[in-house]
Amino acid sequence: MSSWLDYTINGLIVGNVYALVAVGLALIFGVSRLINFAQGSIYLVGAYIGWVAVVQLHTPLPLTIIVVAAAAALVGLIIERFGLRPLQNSVRIAPLLATIGISFVLDQLVMLTFSPNPRALPSQLPDVRFQVGGGTIGPLDLLIAGVGITSALLLFVFLRYSKLGWAVRAASQDRDAAMQMGVDVNRVNQAVFGIAAALGGVSGMLVGMYYNQIDTAMSLQATLKGVVAEVVGGAGNVPGAVVGSLLLGLVESYGVAVFGTSYRNLFAFLLLVVVLVLRPNGLFASARQAPPEPLTGTFIAPSRPVRIPRWALAVAAAIFAILPLFPVSFYVLQTLINAWLLGMLALSLTLVAGTIGQVSLGHAALLAIGAYTSALLSLTFAVPVGLAIIGGGLMSAALGTTLISPSFRLRGHYVSIATLAIGEIVSLVILNWESVTRGPIGISGIPPLSLFGYDLISPTSIYWFSLSVMVVLALLQGRLLTSHLGRSFRAIRDDDIAARAYGLSLNRYKSLAFIFGGFAAGISGGIAAHLYSYINHETFNTQQSILALTVVILGGLGNVVGAILGSVALVGLPEMFRIAAEYRILIYGIVLLLLVRFRPQGLLGTI
Amino acid sequence: MLSLRGLTRRFGGLTAVDAINLDLAKGELVSIIGPNGAGKTTLFNLVTGLDRPDAGAVQFEGQGITGLSPERLAAEGIARTFQLGRVFGNLSVMDNVLIGAHTRLRAVKPAFPVIGPLLELGLALLRPASVKAEEERLREEVKAILARFGERLLPRVDQPAYSLSYANRRRVEIARALALKPRLLLLDEPTAGMNPTETAEMQALVAELKAEGLTILLIEHKLEMVMRLSDRVIVMDEGKKIAEGLGEQVRSDPKVIEAYLGHGLSGTAEQESAA
Repeated sequence: MSSWLDYTINGLIVGNVYALVAVGLALIFGVSRLINFAQGSIYLVGAYIGWVAVVQLHTPLPLTIIVVAAAAALVGLIIERFGLRPLQNSVRIAPLLATIGISFVLDQLVMLTFSPNPRALPSQLPDVRFQVGGGTIGPLDLLIAGVGITSALLLFVFLRYSKLGWAVRAASQDRDAAMQMGVDVNRVNQAVFGIAAALGGVSGMLVGMYYNQIDTAMSLQATLKGVVAEVVGGAGNVPGAVVGSLLLGLVESYGVAVFGTSYRNLFAFLLLVVVLVLRPNGLFASARQAPPEPLTGTFIAPSRPVRIPRWALAVAAAIFAILPLFPVSFYVLQTLINAWLLGMLALSLTLVAGTIGQVSLGHAALLAIGAYTSALLSLTFAVPVGLAIIGGGLMSAALGTTLISPSFRLRGHYVSIATLAIGEIVSLVILNWESVTRGPIGISGIPPLSLFGYDLISPTSIYWFSLSVMVVLALLQGRLLTSHLGRSFRAIRDDDIAARAYGLSLNRYKSLAFIFGGFAAGISGGIAAHLYSYINHETFNTQQSILALTVVILGGLGNVVGAILGSVALVGLPEMFRIAAEYRILIYGIVLLLLVRFRPQGLLGTI
Repeated sequence: MLSLRGLTRRFGGLTAVDAINLDLAKGELVSIIGPNGAGKTTLFNLVTGLDRPDAGAVQFEGQGITGLSPERLAAEGIARTFQLGRVFGNLSVMDNVLIGAHTRLRAVKPAFPVIGPLLELGLALLRPASVKAEEERLREEVKAILARFGERLLPRVDQPAYSLSYANRRRVEIARALALKPRLLLLDEPTAGMNPTETAEMQALVAELKAEGLTILLIEHKLEMVMRLSDRVIVMDEGKKIAEGLGEQVRSDPKVIEAYLGHGLSGTAEQESAA
């Protein structure tokens, strides 16, 4: 029994930390209907500022907390002023993409400044344990609980009794009405981002102290956990976020107690998916609400796509096809092979995110499913590689669509959260399902690419193979877009309510989009598995999902040619300028931000 | 043809639609008028499945359709336009109207359960002759529908809907509804934001549709148009039906005058019709 008390206390304490992140997210969502994907990055920044203060400046604890809160708040203000305020009148997808871009830029800046290696963050508190019932708690547990409760109280007093707090509450209920009554919404946004960032930063520092370790992977985890807690409590609902956080902490803690540590995140994401499916407005939402009133076609930037004549495309394809006949280096071919593989993923994502408007942040999971299926088929069942890759594509189409189907009734930002979570679930299942996936060891000795019994080993043959597969997929997708399905997908993206009123079933068409897109991504993953000959649960990660998203935005949402052009540009240009790997993700993040701000329709325009 | 019995929808403490009874015979045109916030659009949402009633029942051609999904109701032949205008902004005028014909697609929507969607995907990619022929036929049909709006839409058939004027978007919505070949058409303020000439055109079109035998439920603020077109008029206020009858009867009903005057939202009914 005593251990159960321990798990309960631990769950509440971890939940308290999540609450600091989730409350910030809830405040921001309440005021600007935006899920701030950069919240975890502020948490990360807070942890590292805490490290600088404690380890290098030797500040006492109260001062450390103040320094961290102030510095994190400053970061929050900068994000609000320069990242989001310019997008106020932009399309709905813009701020979502901007916070994703900001999050990657901040994470990379921290990584480049402090190196990706974990660091110790000592807690500055005496190491004693108090006996409570059958379990024990330490001073840090009490501090975390204290900070959580104090900030909740301060926030309550601020929202309830200060003039700015009133303005925040007014703006979160009805932004337009508040503006008409003279509320300065920019000031409200500043206040909200400042508070949210301060809470997030302090939370990052406390968690660092709790585990006596900080590293750059904390950011994504914190965003995910905070978002899970917030959504469980009901997006925009501050008290709900606190309860949701404690619930999340307890669910995780009990899950760990029963199944072991590696299942911690799995429980968090399963909780999220269950809540999204059963109560998409959160556990504490009042009864079903009136459907929101979206404005026509404002999710993506309207634009006229650049029309490229067919002959020009044919010439470009021919030039790339005969390229290996000229004396080009293996390095160039290798780079282009990577571009073609990314191109297949981008084709998939541009269909799902662009054509039917489901901005997926977990797209790398489709690569992983395809790769593992193809690798295991060829290794365990001796299926010929060509067929195994097709098997990977089919599995990715079927499994990917099944996994994502619970989120088909969600809209906008919620889709992104659900896909992010499902991507993480796939990666965790791969890690834990050792009897099939070989767990953390990964799969090695995957046979090389071969076709009709001939091994494709030379870079030239691999180049031709991947190029032709990509071209076939692109032609198929182009054909799909000109059919009635292309029209139906785009109608659902522009206005799902009007689409339903004209008989378009969202489940049916979203499924078809994910089946087609899942196939392309699965093929890409399958080919990659046979090229790399070794894969594990980290081979296909969130960075690839974000890279693919940047490619898709760069090329133009839904634009087939744009997806390929974007892939060549984002794989090729960093190689051309010999940019070191650690700077590339930073550059992708900055490219994403600049695009969202200055050319949201991408290079070739939305289709 | 359409019959509503005790239809009720509450939002929190507010009863937006309060025990509404309504019968609509085939070929009839019935108008619903009433001050803003009277519950007219909510009533439309309940009939078309975008919202579910808290109480009451909807029957369409003798079948209970209460709470069915909008997709199902579209397949049953119920088409509507939206008050604020909901065209598909990035789709061309042609594609917008073709979406209206979606429920009528036969060649590309095989009726097999479960594998139906996969066959639909396959047919969309392979496009055998039957699929091409159906698409061609529908395109011709769309052009014929657009021709009903004179030269307003035809020259813009390939332009994206976001580039159209407000009035043209309303026309696209009506064209889209007609492409469904509806048995029941619900028009939510088709002339909102239109000038007198455009309103007169729209009125002529609705009169034409009525003459062709289409059953129409119309929400409209412009009383002159309502009086000329309607077989019957229903007046709603605060969710309730406060009057029903022929145009002139309703117009002089003291309860109706009070509803418009008493709320002080838009002055007298006459002023509103001029607005």
